[in-house]
Amino acid sequence: MAKRPFDIQAQPGFGFMALLTFFALYLPIAALVAYSFNAADSLSRWDGVSLRWFISAWHNSAVQDASVRSLVLAVSAAALSTIAATMAALATTRTRPYPGLTFKYAFINQPLMVPEIVTGVALLIVFSRIKVWTGYSGLGYLIAAHTAFCIPFAYLPIRARLESMDLTLERAAADLYATPWKAFRFVTLPLLRPAIIAGFMLAFVISLDDVVITEFVKSGGQDTLPTYMLGQLRRETSPEINAIATVFLALSVVLVTAFYFVNRRKP
Amino acid sequence: MNRDSDRVTAPQLPSQPACGDNQTGTHLPTRAGALNGVIVPEQPGKNAIEVRSVRKVFGTGENQVAALDTVSVSIRENEFFTLLGPSGCGKTTLLRLIAGFDFPTAGEILLHGQDIAPLPPYKRPVNTVFQSYALFPHMTVAQNIGFGLEMLGKPKAEIEARVAQMLKLVKMEALKARRTSQISGGQQQRVALARALAPQPKVLLLDEPLSALDYKLRKEMQIELKRLQHETGITFIFVTHDQEEALTMSDRIAVMSAGKILQVGTPRDIYDRPAERFVADFIGETNFLEGEVKSAADGRATVRLSTGAEIPASLPEGFTPSGGVTLVVRPEHAQIGPADANASLRGTVENVVYLGTDTHFHLKLDDGSAFIVRRQNSRGGGEALAPGSRVGIAIGPNAAQALKD
Amino acid sequence: MANAEETARAADARDIRDRWLLSAPALVIILLAATGPLFVMLAYSFMLKGDYGDVQFGTFSLDGWTSVLFQRDMFDDTLGLADAHLTIFWRSISLSFYTTVLTLLFGFPTAYFIATRPPKTREVWVFLVTIPFWTNLLIRTFAMQQVIRNEGLVNTALMALGVIKQPLQIMNTDTAILLGMIYIYLPLMVLPIYASMEKLDFRLVEAGYDLYAGRWQVLRRIIFPLIKPGVIAGSILVFIPSLGAYVIPRVLGGGKNMMLGNLIELQFGAGRNWPLGAAISITLMVLVMIALLFYVRNASGSEGAHG
Repeated sequence: MAKRPFDIQAQPGFGFMALLTFFALYLPIAALVAYSFNAADSLSRWDGVSLRWFISAWHNSAVQDASVRSLVLAVSAAALSTIAATMAALATTRTRPYPGLTFKYAFINQPLMVPEIVTGVALLIVFSRIKVWTGYSGLGYLIAAHTAFCIPFAYLPIRARLESMDLTLERAAADLYATPWKAFRFVTLPLLRPAIIAGFMLAFVISLDDVVITEFVKSGGQDTLPTYMLGQLRRETSPEINAIATVFLALSVVLVTAFYFVNRRKP
Repeated sequence: MNRDSDRVTAPQLPSQPACGDNQTGTHLPTRAGALNGVIVPEQPGKNAIEVRSVRKVFGTGENQVAALDTVSVSIRENEFFTLLGPSGCGKTTLLRLIAGFDFPTAGEILLHGQDIAPLPPYKRPVNTVFQSYALFPHMTVAQNIGFGLEMLGKPKAEIEARVAQMLKLVKMEALKARRTSQISGGQQQRVALARALAPQPKVLLLDEPLSALDYKLRKEMQIELKRLQHETGITFIFVTHDQEEALTMSDRIAVMSAGKILQVGTPRDIYDRPAERFVADFIGETNFLEGEVKSAADGRATVRLSTGAEIPASLPEGFTPSGGVTLVVRPEHAQIGPADANASLRGTVENVVYLGTDTHFHLKLDDGSAFIVRRQNSRGGGEALAPGSRVGIAIGPNAAQALKD
Repeated sequence: MANAEETARAADARDIRDRWLLSAPALVIILLAATGPLFVMLAYSFMLKGDYGDVQFGTFSLDGWTSVLFQRDMFDDTLGLADAHLTIFWRSISLSFYTTVLTLLFGFPTAYFIATRPPKTREVWVFLVTIPFWTNLLIRTFAMQQVIRNEGLVNTALMALGVIKQPLQIMNTDTAILLGMIYIYLPLMVLPIYASMEKLDFRLVEAGYDLYAGRWQVLRRIIFPLIKPGVIAGSILVFIPSLGAYVIPRVLGGGKNMMLGNLIELQFGAGRNWPLGAAISITLMVLVMIALLFYVRNASGSEGAHG
């Protein structure tokens, strides 16, 4: 019997542990998806494959409502936070240290440092009072809250991209008669575009996924898809929740895959 | 007052359909007379750039570093002018001040007699070839070349014609639709040149543009650059730390060290008649000899060496030494001969290094100092000098130059 | 130009001002909808609670803070330790600790496994870890519920195989919360360790074997010290959100098995004790800060050791 060559990278049992981990990561998701095709009325039984719960979810007006609200919220928050983050990234990169620069880094990343539940109740305290004072209880509060915690996520890829771009190209543009605005418009912005798209997508996913902060900020009747699902989980759940979750999951996978490719493409 | 007078506009492109038919495609009108709306008077032979007592200090307080220490220099029109010096000598800083990427701390920089210090880079009719080329990665070769003209708001047809002309000039027609990441280093270099030349600047600044190329390509580009400068008639200011490159290409060279310009002159001047020790040392191989001035007048001196021999030496301009002086003798300007009384110096061969084109003899003089003699090789010629041989060194009447320091 | 220096200084000042203006929108939004409210909450923690939630504006009281750990006896009004709160604090900290240790136990071999794949397949494995990482936390918690509930995957399978007759009661226990947190936060452990491992120079491992180290010694003496920064980063990334977990204990732990996040929510909901809720929130924040400080210290320390 031929002796196997010595593999310097091998460690006994690691491969097994790794495969077990991957199995564990995907088993629950697989179960969730499988049950969404259950024809039975309850999650306790399996009555064969059916799309009835997808159809039922599709016609559920509360689900429709929540989906639309989730999308409106995620698009608004992602757009606003990406604009603010792009400006902030331009203001905090490619410069000598100036007074307040470290403060800006810390401040922009602050929402990442505090547990969501804490931010959630703090916003509840402030916004509930503002709601009483102003009488306004629209989507604005949710948009503001989501924009705030999306900014550090949108900021991340944009800042990273800017830091890897030195100022030589902008100097070259200035040397070739481009005014500062034209240099930004024709050189900086096109080079930054993949990072801005990545930042937007990150912010979009983060906003779409949020449940804790939304739960505390929303006014009555302002459920997003995640808070609607959280509410449903309190009671005896029907496979309809699985159907919604499956669709949501598919959307996330598509977004992450897209993000992955946008981020990988070198300009 | 004319509104244009406070602004040096970029040169106007001439409409010249004949260019396309031109065999070389390089008939570029470049003199100020062809420019539109520019206040620069036509004065051939005048200075293109005048740097007057410019200081540039980086940092504040105790961390202050003077990158340029009161530098003055005039660069003539249509000249290939080189700033030569080791890294950190301030040559790139001076280039950046002329380009407008940095402000001088004091002093002024004149372009055709007008102070350009208040102008941002995009209002200076000066273009740069960057060390890293700084080609726009999101644009094609042709788009890169046309960028400057586009920013100047030139009509589309004119831009196209000019870009075509430039592509021909640098022989890149075949690759015009490529992205800049899809072409080789040498090709990127050509595109960078074409891009900087396309708006027909008054002055072209080149920041070590050949440093990223391999030896053979660098040699080719040296000739190419010289050709382009000749054909376009644009003033080139070239920054390099490579003395050989400077000697090959330049009309005049300014040798810089520690934020100062030490000497300005033609390559021959700089090599044969260095005024200071640094210049002599930085450029080429050099022997230094200590001596005593016997007499000095009209740029020539007679110097007595430690062996007692008296040799003639040329003097730096406006410098008349007395007492002790250091002489410079290039290794190829000294000859090895018999160790007799006629020899200026005497010593022992320590080492013989064969270098193909020539042979270096490393000698130890009788006073203990080192001396190198270079002799050109010929096939089968030249007697073998073994280490340990005693030899004399003859220094001809035009071989030695006295230094200021 | 005599005033060239002034011009340069003025340009610098203008640049800094422009940079403040440019970052203003981000800073203002975060101030209004994140940082500012935290300070309001701090103020609230020092007020008297209102009868129907909220606070009595303008009052000052330390009641909120004392009731984080103590409670007044119903009859003789003496202060005693609030056992319920202590249990919750303990559950939060211990479950977070176990989660960190167990995710490390599985995450380290996984990261090692990925890092030792050929570059092409490696990307696929990383991608497989990234997908759950970016998938909605609520959905993944719910997915875990599908596995461990009484009629779920595990119980159905075990009963079908005849291993058990009664379904195992995992839901609504601390075990359920722990399983959920391990499941949710595992990618947060794998990714930073992998990032360190990817940079590992396997020639060092070769050198180790060359110098007579065995597999275990190579792992312990060479690989582990070199990727320690990744392990610390991963541990912090798991520990901190575990400490503030809210959704996982709510969905998997039932109403009884609360963690700090749920205790906070309770005070702002049925408990109607906003000052107490605010005080617990700030306590939680302080715990997180301590963990972060620990990280900053160790991260810089281990970098210094390599530099």
